[in-house]
Amino acid sequence: MATLAPDTFQAHGEDHHAHGDHDHKPAFFARWFMSTNHKDIGTLYLIFAIFAGLIGGAISGMMRAELAHPGIQYLGTFAEFLGVKNPSFDQQLHLWNVLITAHGLIMVFFMVMPAMIGGFGNWFVPLMIGAPDMAFPRMNNISFWLTVAGFCSLMMSAFVPGGASNGAGIGWTAYAPLSTSGSPGPAVDFAIFSLHLAGAASIMGAINFITTIFNMRAPGMTLHRMPLFVWSVLVTAFLLLLALPVLAAAITMLITDRNFGTTFFDPAGGGDPILFQHLFWFFGHPEVYIMILPGFGMISQIVSTFSKKPVFGYLGMAYAMVAIGVVGFVVWAHHMYTTGLSEDVKMYFTAATMVIAVPTGIKIFSWIATMWGGSITFRSPMVWAFGFIFLFTVGGVTGVVLANGGIDDNLQDTYYVVGHFHYVLSLGAVTSLFAGFYYWFPKMSGRWHSEFLSYVHFAVFFVGVNMIFFPMHFLGMQGMPRRYPDYAPQFEHWNTIATDGYMVMALSIVIFLINVIYSLIAGKKAEDNYWGEGATTLEWTLSSPPPYHQFETLPVIDADDHH
Amino acid sequence: MRPNHYVGAIAGGFALFMVGVSYASVPLYRMFCQATGYGGTPARASEAEAATVKALAGKVISVRFDANVEAGMPWRFSPEVSTQVVQIGARKLAFFEAENPTDHTITGQASYNIEPGEAAHYFTKIQCFCFTRQVLAAHQKTRMPVTYFVDPKILTDPDTKDIQQITLSYTFHQVPQGA
Repeated sequence: MATLAPDTFQAHGEDHHAHGDHDHKPAFFARWFMSTNHKDIGTLYLIFAIFAGLIGGAISGMMRAELAHPGIQYLGTFAEFLGVKNPSFDQQLHLWNVLITAHGLIMVFFMVMPAMIGGFGNWFVPLMIGAPDMAFPRMNNISFWLTVAGFCSLMMSAFVPGGASNGAGIGWTAYAPLSTSGSPGPAVDFAIFSLHLAGAASIMGAINFITTIFNMRAPGMTLHRMPLFVWSVLVTAFLLLLALPVLAAAITMLITDRNFGTTFFDPAGGGDPILFQHLFWFFGHPEVYIMILPGFGMISQIVSTFSKKPVFGYLGMAYAMVAIGVVGFVVWAHHMYTTGLSEDVKMYFTAATMVIAVPTGIKIFSWIATMWGGSITFRSPMVWAFGFIFLFTVGGVTGVVLANGGIDDNLQDTYYVVGHFHYVLSLGAVTSLFAGFYYWFPKMSGRWHSEFLSYVHFAVFFVGVNMIFFPMHFLGMQGMPRRYPDYAPQFEHWNTIATDGYMVMALSIVIFLINVIYSLIAGKKAEDNYWGEGATTLEWTLSSPPPYHQFETLPVIDADDHH
Repeated sequence: MRPNHYVGAIAGGFALFMVGVSYASVPLYRMFCQATGYGGTPARASEAEAATVKALAGKVISVRFDANVEAGMPWRFSPEVSTQVVQIGARKLAFFEAENPTDHTITGQASYNIEPGEAAHYFTKIQCFCFTRQVLAAHQKTRMPVTYFVDPKILTDPDTKDIQQITLSYTFHQVPQGA
C-alpha cells in the first residue's frame, strides 16, 4: 500500500503469483461496505453503473413508448404509477420533463462516469502502472459511497413536488430560470444536491488518480511508457479537476438563487440567466470528453491486443488526448449559438470546435493504422472496438456539421442534436464500455463469459441502437424539436422505427445480463493471459482474478515492454 | 509531508481554486458585458465624457422604446413616444410613464437591453431611471427620464454601420420587501 516505505519492497522478483494463496480478505460487510481495495471498489462501481444504467435505460424505454406515436398515450399511466393520483394534463407533461432530466443525469453521472472512471479506472490503472493500490484508498471508498448517495438523492427528487407535479423537470442542463423561479418545490434542490454529491465524489476520484499516476508508477514505468488507458484516465482526471468545480459553483448559485434570495441568474437583481449557460457549458463540454476519453484508452488497448502490434503512433495518441482535453475547454459556447452571440464570437467557436476534429482524427486513423498489417483476431472485444470506431466516427461527423454556427441556428434543439450526441455517447461511450467489459471481465472475475453470446449481444445491440438513433438525424433535419412528448403527425414514421429499435436494443441488454449470469455460474476458468501474445500490459502478468494485494514486489519495466 | 499527500493537496487546492474562479466569473462577466456591449448591455458615460462627443450633421438613426413589466409586477409602464429620430452624437432625452395602481408602495428596478446587440456598445446612457431603484407610493404616477446619445463610432464599425433603428427595451421588476 501507499503507506509502506519504499525500502520494504524488493527491487526485483517474479514471485508475486504466490501471494494469491494467502490473501487476507476481510469478512463480507467489511470487504464490500468499508472497502479500501481498488479492485473491490472498481467492482462496486461497475455493479452500481450497471444498476443505474438499467434504470436510466428503463426511463428511455418509457420515453420511446410515449414517442412511438403522436399524442399523449402513456404519461398518465406512468404518473399514476409514480404516485400522482389522477394526474392532470400539465402533471403528465411535467412527468416528461422529469423523465428526460433523470435519463440524462443518470446516464452521465451514474452510469458512464462510474463505469469508465470508477469501474475500469479503479480496476486497471493501478494494475497497468504496477502499483499495489490507489494513492488514497479510503478517499476512494468515500468517492464510491458519495456517488451512491447522490444517486439516492436524485431518485428521491422524483417523489417530492417540483413545480407542476412531482420531480425535477429541468433537463440535465438545469438552465435558469426554469431551474430557479420556474420550478418551486424541493425536487430541484434534491436533484442539485445529487450533482453536488456526485461532483464531489468525482473530484476526489480525480485527485486520487492524478496522485496515483504521478507518484506510484513502478520502477521504469515512465510517463511515456504508460499504457494509453492510463494516459486517458490521467487526462480525464485533469478535466474533472478543472471542470467539475465550475459545475459545483454554478449549481450552488442555483441553490442560493432558489432558496436564499441571491440573484446570480435573475435579471430583476442584476443577474443574467445566460451566465448560467456559460458556466454550465464550461463544465459541460469538457464533461463529454470526460465520458469518452477513457473509452478511447480502452479501445487503444483492445485494438493493439487483437492486432498483435503496439499501437500505431503511441506518443501521437497520448498527446492527441491531451490536445482534446485542452481544446475542449475553449469551445463551450458552441452549445449556445442561439443565445445572441455576435458573428465574430460564433466564427471563433465554430473554428475552435472544428480544430478538435484534428486530434480526434489522429486517434481514428491511428487505430486503423494499428490494425493495418496486424494479425487480427476477431474476439468479442475487437468486434465491439470495430463497432465503436464506426459509430463514434458517425457521431464525430455530425458533430462537425453542428459545429457550424450558421447550420446550428437551424438544428439547435432538434432531434439532429439528439442523434449526434447519442452516437458519440450512447453508441460510442457505451460500446467502448462493453468492449472493455468483454476484454477484462475474465480478468476481473476469473471466469469466461460466453464469446458466442458476446457476438450476439454486439449484433443485436448494433442493429438496435442504429435503428433508434439514425432516424433522429432525419427527424431533426425536418425540424422535430427535442424535449417534447408529442409531435406533428408527419414525424411518426421514423419515431415508430426508433421505438422498434429500442426494443431490439433492450433485447441485447437481456443477452448481456444472461451472459454475465452464465459466466458467474458456469463460466470456464480464465488463464492469466487469456488473450495471448498481443496482451502486453502489466495486468496480464497477474492471475485471473488478480490477487487481493498485487505487486507487493514492484515489477520493473524495461524500455521495450511498454504499451 | 509525504509525496502522495503533497500531490493530492495540490490537486485539491486546484479544485478549490476553480470554484473560486467560477464565483469570480460573476463580476468579471458583468464587466465584460459592459466593456463590450455583449448580449445587448448598453454603454454608460458621465456628463463630462458626453460633453466631448460631437453631433454629426445630417446623420440620423431611429430609436424605438419598449417597456415591459415582469409577471406579477402590478405597475403600468410605457414610453411617452414609441420612436425618436436622433442625430448621431447628439444627446437626447426620452420619458417613460409609470403608475402604481395598487393601494401600497412598491419598489421597482428596471433591467434594460439593446437590440440589435451589436449596437449596444454605441448606445450610451448618461442618465437613466434604471440606474437606481424607483419607489412609487400607492396610486402615484410619475415620468421617468433617460438621457442618451448614439456614439458616432457606430458608423465606422462594419457590424453596425448599416443599422437604421435601435430598440431600447426596459423591464420593471418588483423588488421584494426588505431586500
